[in-house]
Amino acid sequence: MKYAIEMRNVSKRFTTAAGTEVVAVDNVTLEILDGEFFSLLGPSGCGKTTSLRMIAGFELPTAGEIYIHGKPMDATPPNKRPVNTVFQNYALFPHMTIGQNVAFGLEMERLPRAEITRRVGEALELVRLSGYENRKPHQLSGGQQQRVALARALVKRPEVLLLDEPLGALDLKLRKEMQLELKKLQREVGITFVYVTHDQEEALTMSDRIAVMNGGRVLQVGTAAEIYERPVNRFVADFIGETNFLKGTVVMATDEPDRYLVRLEGGAMLMASCEHPLQPGQQVVVAIRPEKMHLNGSRRFGPYADNHVHIPGRVQEIVYIGTDTHYDVALEAGPIVRVREQNSGVFSPRLALLGEAVSVSFDAAVARILVD
Amino acid sequence: MAAEFVSTGSRRRGFWLMLPSLLWMLGLLIIPLGLVLVVSFGRRDTDGNVIYTFTLDNYLRLIGFSRTYPCGSTPPPCFDPLYLTILWRSIVLGLQTTLLTILIGYPLAYFIARAPASRRNVYLFLVLVPLWTNFVIRLYAWIIILRTQGVLNTVLGWLAGLVNLPFQPLEMLYTPGAVLLGMVYEFLPFMILPIYTSLEKINPSLYEAAADLGANTWRTLWRVIIPLSMPGIVAGTILVFVPVMGTFIVSDILGGRQVILVGNLIQRQFLDARDPAFGSAASIILMVLTLAITLYYTRRFGFGEEITSA
Repeated sequence: MKYAIEMRNVSKRFTTAAGTEVVAVDNVTLEILDGEFFSLLGPSGCGKTTSLRMIAGFELPTAGEIYIHGKPMDATPPNKRPVNTVFQNYALFPHMTIGQNVAFGLEMERLPRAEITRRVGEALELVRLSGYENRKPHQLSGGQQQRVALARALVKRPEVLLLDEPLGALDLKLRKEMQLELKKLQREVGITFVYVTHDQEEALTMSDRIAVMNGGRVLQVGTAAEIYERPVNRFVADFIGETNFLKGTVVMATDEPDRYLVRLEGGAMLMASCEHPLQPGQQVVVAIRPEKMHLNGSRRFGPYADNHVHIPGRVQEIVYIGTDTHYDVALEAGPIVRVREQNSGVFSPRLALLGEAVSVSFDAAVARILVD
Repeated sequence: MAAEFVSTGSRRRGFWLMLPSLLWMLGLLIIPLGLVLVVSFGRRDTDGNVIYTFTLDNYLRLIGFSRTYPCGSTPPPCFDPLYLTILWRSIVLGLQTTLLTILIGYPLAYFIARAPASRRNVYLFLVLVPLWTNFVIRLYAWIIILRTQGVLNTVLGWLAGLVNLPFQPLEMLYTPGAVLLGMVYEFLPFMILPIYTSLEKINPSLYEAAADLGANTWRTLWRVIIPLSMPGIVAGTILVFVPVMGTFIVSDILGGRQVILVGNLIQRQFLDARDPAFGSAASIILMVLTLAITLYYTRRFGFGEEITSA
């Protein structure tokens, strides 16, 4: 079977205490490949956790079907599903030792004692917690508890491991470490990971593929690069990384497929691509990442080419952040855009002065036309 | 240095805050208890006054060796297990009541703790409603239900009549069963509340974690939920077992003269037999027994050992 998990037109509706109906997950169809690190990414309330809970079996879909390795799950209870979960708050059993916590799942399978002991030892070694068998969860740090939760789920050798914002409670440095460790672990054990997070950087760092969700729907599925470079709509472009949005009007379609001539607010014209068919006169938004824009001022003129678009403006703010310097430029047409210039020189001077009249420029090929 | 200063200051403040309860305990518990202890070694004169002396007669009589009182028709000194039987009966009844309140109370507490948050308060309220009516009045209500011509027998007779069975009214009142029923009825809320409190504190994701790891409902209950609610069970047991051991009203009203417990024995020694010395000795024995059983139990299951949640 090619797919570890398939969700077919899955919806989940809740009725709140006040009696209003809430659609948590709205007609979601997803295919998660065997052995991949797949992330569900979106703001809180986007339906990512509900989707994960439906795969685990804690919630049943109101409509649609979920398949795990081709088998329809229907109303199969969580204890009968070949998946295991790492909970957001770890949910370790506080009255059991670390060893007992990890052994719990194997005892439920009624495996022989010797095998349980061996596999618990292996699992704890995998998460580098050998020798902690007799401690209680509350004697461990957050990061260690997190690793116990991981060992407790992995020791069951699930077909799919579900992780619900497992790093959310850790501090930034530990979180970065654990991101790499999780990714390495996933490669080692070769189990499909389905990872829920609201942290776009986390998703980009770890995932083979990402599904961006909002309002209960899946907006885009793709690799980190696909989602970052080719967002399908304004929400995805805005949620993943930083984006400058410029308003514009479609002038005409060009001879090339999917390429349109657009007039930006303020008059600049550019040719950019869009997968949706557009009509002349249609209002659109052109998205350009800050690092793909250049600043042209009195001290430096950026790279020049025929297809570069130049828009005049005035430097409003300069922020030096080490690796880059951000220039916020108020365009004559109104919007403020951010240009990110890398500080790659020996000593990188400012490229413009505060208040200086400059122009921002970009290669028209990096611009994406988005229709909301 | 600063820390020491603060700690002496707060210790002094702590003393003043504790003073009212210390005085209360001293005046109304420690001193009277000392008096009871002194009286228990005394003897009664023919008018029912206490002669302060030191004799172990009262205690010996409680464990069956009577030196001054006849045992039925046998003149003293003689052996009479009457009081031992009463003590034993009280312990057994206390244990039965505790066990039954756990068996009935736990599922109910579980049900309430797992109910939607909005409904929990309503259920707890319903558990507490009976406590608004006087204890004795509620026991009299049980007489109306249990007596030979009572509600229960009438209903049973009517049911038997429907299927044409001969029906002999059951003798339910004034039996050990009636006393047990009354005790369970009376003390059930004191078992439900602490169990509910400890169940309610359990992180709901632990239920899911157990299910996720392959445990069905029963094994989740045995391996996760019951161990985590042990503090509630222990607290409930103490709240039920200790008063059941001492109470005399339930057995008086529902047991008649048939079911005599230590509580009844003590009450009668003070009020009817006018033998405060013997009554005091029985009180001390009751206290020691209750304390010993409670101590053993809490050592075994750990009282108040809150399990720190991860």
